[in-house]
Amino acid sequence: MRMQSPRFKQNAREALEDAQLQRALTNVEHGFIGKRQMAADALPEFEALRDNAKAIKDHTLAHLDLYLEAYEEKVTASGGHVHWAQTAEDARAIILDICRKADAKIVTKGKSIVSEEIGLNEHLTENGIQPVETDLGEYIIQLRGEPPSHIIAPAVHVNKSEVETEFRRAHTHLDPDRNLEEPTTLLNEARAVLRQKYFDAEVGITGANFLVAETGSSVIVTNEGNGDLTQTLARVHIVLATLEKITPTLEDVSQILRVLARSATGQDSSVYTTFSTGPRRPDDPDGPEEYHVVLLDNGRSDMLGTEYQEMLRCIRCGACMNHCPVYHAIGGHAYGWVYPGPMGAVLTPSLTSIDEAGNLPNASTFCGRCESVCPMRIPLPKMMRHWREREFERHLQPASARFGLGAWAFLARRPALYRTLFGLAIRTLGAVAGKKGRFASLPLAGGWTKYRDLPAPEGRTFQQMWADRGGQTERKDAA
Amino acid sequence: MSGRAEILAGLKKSLATSGEAESARKNAVAARLKDTPAGIIPARGQLPADARVALFTCMAESVQTSVEQVAANDDVPAAVARLLAQRNLPACLRIGADRNLAAMPWEANPALEVRHGPSDGKDATAVSHAIGAIAETGTLVLTSGTDNPTTLNFLPDLHIIVVSRATIHGDMEAVWSDIRQTYGKAAMPRVVNMVTGPSRSADIEQTLILGAHGPRALHVIIVEG
Repeated sequence: MRMQSPRFKQNAREALEDAQLQRALTNVEHGFIGKRQMAADALPEFEALRDNAKAIKDHTLAHLDLYLEAYEEKVTASGGHVHWAQTAEDARAIILDICRKADAKIVTKGKSIVSEEIGLNEHLTENGIQPVETDLGEYIIQLRGEPPSHIIAPAVHVNKSEVETEFRRAHTHLDPDRNLEEPTTLLNEARAVLRQKYFDAEVGITGANFLVAETGSSVIVTNEGNGDLTQTLARVHIVLATLEKITPTLEDVSQILRVLARSATGQDSSVYTTFSTGPRRPDDPDGPEEYHVVLLDNGRSDMLGTEYQEMLRCIRCGACMNHCPVYHAIGGHAYGWVYPGPMGAVLTPSLTSIDEAGNLPNASTFCGRCESVCPMRIPLPKMMRHWREREFERHLQPASARFGLGAWAFLARRPALYRTLFGLAIRTLGAVAGKKGRFASLPLAGGWTKYRDLPAPEGRTFQQMWADRGGQTERKDAA
Repeated sequence: MSGRAEILAGLKKSLATSGEAESARKNAVAARLKDTPAGIIPARGQLPADARVALFTCMAESVQTSVEQVAANDDVPAAVARLLAQRNLPACLRIGADRNLAAMPWEANPALEVRHGPSDGKDATAVSHAIGAIAETGTLVLTSGTDNPTTLNFLPDLHIIVVSRATIHGDMEAVWSDIRQTYGKAAMPRVVNMVTGPSRSADIEQTLILGAHGPRALHVIIVEG
């Protein structure tokens, strides 16, 4: 998809004014947070499992090359094919080639956000192959011609009435006067339309939540069962997955599964967890005749050994965005690319560039909720801070921001001057605000006071109050 | 260089900075793949038999699976016939070549039409035999092959899964031990399906609806004997 992240500020403003979107976004806040908390509280070992899941991925990343080699060997031994793709372009070419050899006209797809990352649907369409998304949310946004706005609930920004409009437009073979008021009716209609597609498609493409080095298996975790129908009924199954999906053993997968669904939707387990190993075997009555895995790098290997390596632990549960006040306010599309919310704010600059995506790591209040719920304990705020530093070093911010930061840094390095100036400023502000204790407008603070009053300082600085309590004001060992 | 060589060379270069010797790295990987160390098994995954079956039933029902127990394999066809009648479904079902299912007295219920082989999508009901279950999450475990074709798990509206009480495990890790015993170390059947409830979606306004693409209903028959 085309990158819209440089437009972030404008996107965010438009999102805030979009009443329809704002209504849909309340579902994120109410739908996910309580459910995750209940699931986590119901499992006493949850925190220890998070630690273990983190340790498993850290170990895997430190030995990534070796596990990939072991995995490839097992896939080949089970009759499958592994294709290595360095870039999005490589992956698109490999997949198109497999589709052409299969003489594919229709390709069904289980939900794969990586396929959004590489712009697969556009590429297949341009080459005369019709991609059909089968996950209900993905199907809805495909009809609307939109990218996903959430990594596990791609159509979370869409309201029921909008789904109805889209289905009436697309499903012209059905009675135009049919009643589509209930979500159940909408779901049944999509189920009936898509059921036939599974049989018609020559190729089925899925993502993978895990690739198991021990056995050469790919694992998908779904609730709808669309991924399973996609990979079972097509003659050719293609798994599109990125390098860091590798997990050493079935036991390691089991550990991470215990935190994945709980963090994502608050389920103890997703409905379908499917381990696939190679193509149809001699005694198999069903299943695909060909099994291909496209292993995509697209910038991941460049993150290894850097301050962003920990991001490669991400298992795409979506908990960080579900708990993010910025995501709640603006939704996923404003972020302008495939990965929204805190994980996107870290990953997007890594996979694209800080020049294009510099706004994203700045769109955070650093409240820390994302890190506190991340099942893989990824220090998201710390990494966003690293991106802000990079951005400052590379002079990418506007002059006013650089001037402000520069001025503050000048003062912060001169404690006496800092104390005098800030003491004076705070006394003045406190006096001017008077009994009201707040400002309805203030020079240089218009961005704040346009929407709400600014509380006034109470006349004394923190350092003064600290000194009154007998606190130390200077480090004794200071030179 | 191919994509493969370039990617692996890049990874090795980035990882060389870790300071761990190449031989030590290789040993660590080989050991983990060979020993497959278990991690943390939640206490609720380690209950004695009766409590385990009770937990399985409770967890399965919490995700809209219906559960019943019968005394012996011979009781299964009657239980299936009863269920279909209760739900006003056609007395017609599909099964694979599973020996346990084949040995059941289906002919004692002449009203039941039993079809064999993979599903073509036109079956309202299928019956499968699970290799086991996981109490911790209320999950059924099915493997692909002629015995229990994978299409039976996803195409019919009602999926009935028969499981022996003795194969209801506490945790997922016990299933891997079983599979290694049957298929050999580091080997897998083509597909292992872990099924926890009927198909569902919450993609429209976060409203949970059953029967998205797979079965609309899931019924489990636990066989005691």
